[in-house]
Amino acid sequence: MVEAARRVLSVRDLVVDFVQDTGTIRALDGVSLDLHAGRVLGVVGESGCGKSLTARAVLRLVDRPGRIVSGKVLLDPGAPAQQELTALDPEGEAIRAVRGGRIGLIFQEPMSALSMHYTVGNQIIEAIRAHSGLGKSAARQRAIELLQEVGIPRPETRIDAYPFQLSGGLRQRVGIALALAADPEILIADEPTTALDVTTQAQILALLRRLQRTKGMALMLITHDMGVIAQMADDVAVMYLGKVVEFAPVQQLFAAPRHPYTRALLRSVPNIRAVPRERLATIGGAVPHPESRPTGCAFHPRCPEIIAGRCALEMPPPLPPDQEGASCFHVMPKMMVDA
Amino acid sequence: MLIYVARRLALALVTCAAISLLTFIIIRLPPGDFVDAYIANLAVGGSSVSAEQADAMRREYGLDKPVAVQYALWMGRVIVGDFGVSMMWKRPVTEVIGDRLWLTMAVSISALFLTWTIALPIGIYSAARQYSIGDYVATTLGFIGLAVPNFLLALILMYLGFRYLGLSVGGLFSPDMAQAPWSWAKFRDLMVHLPLPASVLALAGTAQLIRIMRANLLDELRKPYVVTARAKGIGETRVLVKYPVRAALNPFVSSSAYLFPYLVSGSIIVSLVLGLPTVGPLLLQALVAQDMFLAGTIVLLLGILTVIGTLLSDLLLMWVEPRIRLQGRA
Repeated sequence: MVEAARRVLSVRDLVVDFVQDTGTIRALDGVSLDLHAGRVLGVVGESGCGKSLTARAVLRLVDRPGRIVSGKVLLDPGAPAQQELTALDPEGEAIRAVRGGRIGLIFQEPMSALSMHYTVGNQIIEAIRAHSGLGKSAARQRAIELLQEVGIPRPETRIDAYPFQLSGGLRQRVGIALALAADPEILIADEPTTALDVTTQAQILALLRRLQRTKGMALMLITHDMGVIAQMADDVAVMYLGKVVEFAPVQQLFAAPRHPYTRALLRSVPNIRAVPRERLATIGGAVPHPESRPTGCAFHPRCPEIIAGRCALEMPPPLPPDQEGASCFHVMPKMMVDA
Repeated sequence: MLIYVARRLALALVTCAAISLLTFIIIRLPPGDFVDAYIANLAVGGSSVSAEQADAMRREYGLDKPVAVQYALWMGRVIVGDFGVSMMWKRPVTEVIGDRLWLTMAVSISALFLTWTIALPIGIYSAARQYSIGDYVATTLGFIGLAVPNFLLALILMYLGFRYLGLSVGGLFSPDMAQAPWSWAKFRDLMVHLPLPASVLALAGTAQLIRIMRANLLDELRKPYVVTARAKGIGETRVLVKYPVRAALNPFVSSSAYLFPYLVSGSIIVSLVLGLPTVGPLLLQALVAQDMFLAGTIVLLLGILTVIGTLLSDLLLMWVEPRIRLQGRA
């Protein structure tokens, strides 16, 4: 099933460093993943595991002191028009055509992600006109259609509203309209519902799902919420400390998680049928600071299934992209056989 | 919004009244009065004034009346536009200040214009290219500019201008033009003399403005809406100018109130060093001589200009900041 869909974006062995006075921090440590037309890839992990950074790196929006050290981001991999985004000038014409034009980005905090100095319409029209030859009034018409499409009531008046005049849910809908302005084939949503209340969250997810299906877009959905993953994703990449540690179709992931980290994440999801008053399971310890990355498997200090004398010393081999499995010594032997 | 403006106007009037009272109290604070200072001055020159003469002078200026009455009399005249007669110059205050006011504004506005056109682009560059060589150069020059006292720079520039360029430095006019009536020649003469004081006055402001602009913009550049703008695929310059620079300029608008009194008083020390016929040195002389009406008028003018400046900057802020303009109308 994964093979059936067209690959639209490939990330290969992406490494991003932050060079600071105190030393170099490896924030992404060889991330590989694929996006397919018409499919939703859920990227899940705790804070600081590199989910958002991956999204930014794809669009070459990593700010200094961050730097892409190695690895590739390929748009339309294998096609004659394949573009290597990592080879482009980050302020150049070519990457700008990709930003918004081919890949739309939806942000976590719709309040701070929109400028308070311009109307909603101004900001959307700007995005429309950046990628089309539409005139002012045509672009305005298109913006109204977009607002309609993302379910904003009375779009012809709301277009002249400032972001601070809208509710959180409406603001995030504006954020989505902004990302859709130039009809991109790929949508990257970075925690699009984290800042919203539960009801609004459900509405926004439903909207994203509907738009993704009807337009056949590839959606990369970044979240730390396993519930969102279960509801939205076709495939799931689990990230830990700058690496993809497990990849699987969503059913597979929930039915038979392979990586001890994935299992721990799933255990810590609240369950409505849980014994009342019982403590919610948590993952022991905290995500180590990337500066003090543990030797061997990065998860070993927190891993309940650590293999003595191995996990702390050797690094489990990285996961090949688009292949079910986990980067863990418990799983690797089986995977080798499969391959 | 109209209610807001009306309320601000009413408050401004109340503030002006309070300022006039405070001005009067401050002017009267030093011991003695103009007559005492005048007598002391004459005594230095060897002549003296009889007690009768002194009393007559006090009566003439109304100094014999109780302080409250003096204030009431002064305010009564000020309201109808009569600022009294300068005791020192023996001429109406408005006439004494008159020309100097326009010259001061010419110097200050040129200085301000210079400050902004130099500082804003450098500040923007400095922030957008933080830690680049250009940023370090701008920062270093900025600190030097901040640290060098203005009057010292004025002296150095005067020396250099005189020694190497043979300019007639000091003042705003050539000696033969100073007393001449206004003409094209005099205007051209002013234009030749204006750059030096304007650049001296602009220097410290420039350094400060670079630092403020850089800091404001660095704050804004970190905000998520900048990434949003970039993610739309618009050009870097447009991203920068339309979003963070726009936001970083807001603090300037709100602090522009203080520019108004500065425009009129300018820098007293630099004006003295350069011999500029501006308002600053006049205020200093008036205070030393205890020329109550002249000093009072200038201080009152500065106070009222601050109030007007604040009012204007509030209105300006309302215009550039939609969150303020639309408050309570979500």
